[in-house]
Amino acid sequence: MTDIIRLDGVSKQFGFVMGVDNVSLNVRKGEFLTLLGPSGCGKSTLLRMIGGFEEPTAGRIWLDGEDVTDLPANQRAVNMLFQDYALFPHMSVGKNVGYGLRVAGVPKREVETKVREVLELVGLADKIATAPHQLSGGQRQRVALARAIVRHPKVLLLDEPLSALDANLREAMQVELRHLHQKVGLTFIMVTHDQTEALTMSDRVIVMRQGRIMQDGAPQSLYDLPGSPYIADFIGTTNLFNSRIENGQVACYGQPLTINPQAIVAGTQTFGFRPEKARLLPGNASGANLLRGTVAEVFYHGSVARIVVDLGQGQVLVDLQISDAAVGLPKAGAQVAVEVASHKIMGFAAEDAA
Amino acid sequence: MTLPLRLRKVLVLSPPLIWVVLFMFVPYTILFVFSFWEQVYPTFAPAFQLGNYQTLISDPQYLRTLLRTIKIAGLVSLFSLLLAYPYAYFLVHKVRHPALRQTLYMAVVAPLWVSYLLRAYTWKTILGTEGILNSFLVSTGILSEPSSIFLYNQTSMIVTLTYVFIPFMVMPIYAALEKIPRNLLEASADLGMGRTATFVKVTLPLSMSGVVAGFTMTFCLAFGDFIAAYLVGGPDGMMISNVIATQFGASLNWPLGSALALVMLLIVLAIISVSDRFERLGKGTFA
Repeated sequence: MTDIIRLDGVSKQFGFVMGVDNVSLNVRKGEFLTLLGPSGCGKSTLLRMIGGFEEPTAGRIWLDGEDVTDLPANQRAVNMLFQDYALFPHMSVGKNVGYGLRVAGVPKREVETKVREVLELVGLADKIATAPHQLSGGQRQRVALARAIVRHPKVLLLDEPLSALDANLREAMQVELRHLHQKVGLTFIMVTHDQTEALTMSDRVIVMRQGRIMQDGAPQSLYDLPGSPYIADFIGTTNLFNSRIENGQVACYGQPLTINPQAIVAGTQTFGFRPEKARLLPGNASGANLLRGTVAEVFYHGSVARIVVDLGQGQVLVDLQISDAAVGLPKAGAQVAVEVASHKIMGFAAEDAA
Repeated sequence: MTLPLRLRKVLVLSPPLIWVVLFMFVPYTILFVFSFWEQVYPTFAPAFQLGNYQTLISDPQYLRTLLRTIKIAGLVSLFSLLLAYPYAYFLVHKVRHPALRQTLYMAVVAPLWVSYLLRAYTWKTILGTEGILNSFLVSTGILSEPSSIFLYNQTSMIVTLTYVFIPFMVMPIYAALEKIPRNLLEASADLGMGRTATFVKVTLPLSMSGVVAGFTMTFCLAFGDFIAAYLVGGPDGMMISNVIATQFGASLNWPLGSALALVMLLIVLAIISVSDRFERLGKGTFA
């Protein structure tokens, strides 16, 4: 038995709206799983149902082989890292962390030892007597984390854990959470709307939309083999265009591109390529699979520049690695060619408009 | 042209300052001075002596009335708390519909807009011999004839004052309960606590500031009340304020009345400073 969580046709209906729509999902023991999607896609509701804060209107939830669907939150061996930490303001850091241990009937001395241990793990051993409001945002986050893992839950639920932190701290915490996951060996289920966060931290990402699972896979497979135009553009950026296939060629805003036969799915209508997988060439370049146009805008990002190329009937984005650009950044209005190798072009089955 | 900053500050601050000086500082100073005067029958004359304070200590009727007042005010606060806390809790946690919650909240607060006299008088018509309670008890056969035991005693005082001042208990408790983030309760459940334990360990401590504020207000208001005693109190329900009113009225002993008023003021100030310290203990919790 390696599945720690099993969701079986779980739904949550709010009035006439399906917040979560018939989701089935297995989570392996020790996995770092991320539920990714825009706000309102049902990812938080799903997490809260696993935590016991919402009751599903249909389906069953299994935790470590036990049906916990009807168990209240305080009887489930899962713990939650709340979005705004939810630290008890009237208790010290130590009391906050030890809160859940005292219920479990752990002897006082042992509570103290465990609290110390876990605070050391998150690097806050010296703050044990401090009040939460005297801590910085990052420190509060760590206290919340310590409080959530001190009971060794079967699953740790993380609800947008990094959204309240500023950019630098967020990146540091990403690394820290991942290291912590490896160190403590718990199963993590995280909810986020930030695709970078999802890709960086998780073993497996579930992309959700309108209460349903859109795609389920390792970060790399999601990025390289997006299952739909929606995911292609939600995870990373993709130049999407609609076209018919004629003689193994498609038209990108009127200009022909040769595609690989593998990209042809039954009913293929939408195609796409990623900005960083195309090459920007001078306007006089010659070769196959070139799109010709003029530079409309240049966005400089430091190591990379994103170039908007106007093809006449539409625009595509191309990323230019600064180190590669011997000629320097192109200027707006310059004539350029965009080379898109045929195997870099992705094809998607027709999707119901959404 | 703009006035200098200093002058502008003075202009902004002077109306409230004049108000406080004229209506707080001056009267209390007069009271303070009067409290050392002496009674020269049939009126009183300037003097500097501690006789009035000695009377307060030596004549047991003053201490008895003071203790009775504290007891009545304390019981009024206690019963208000016992009724108001569950009500506020029910509003915040059990009433889901915002409009219904607002309505139920207003049902408690709205009587404040009705004249105090009217509200206190209501209880006279409920508890009196010709009152609703008596006619109900007689018509159901529980009593054979109307009884006068319901009115003009300490119980009727406590009932009336509790009714009159309970909004001042509900309001701060409601505010304190509403301010507690819901996810704290979820976090408590998440960490294994049941409902009762969560209430004792999270909800109650975090709403204590409201309880202290409500208790202070209710107590001080009831402590200083003298109208309810006239309407429903009877001789057993006399409050310290009634004694003071008599001194300034029929007895024409302003010096003794002033001394009593100052003692009362000190008690109220002491209560407020204690409760202030209590409240400050809970401050800084929602940073």
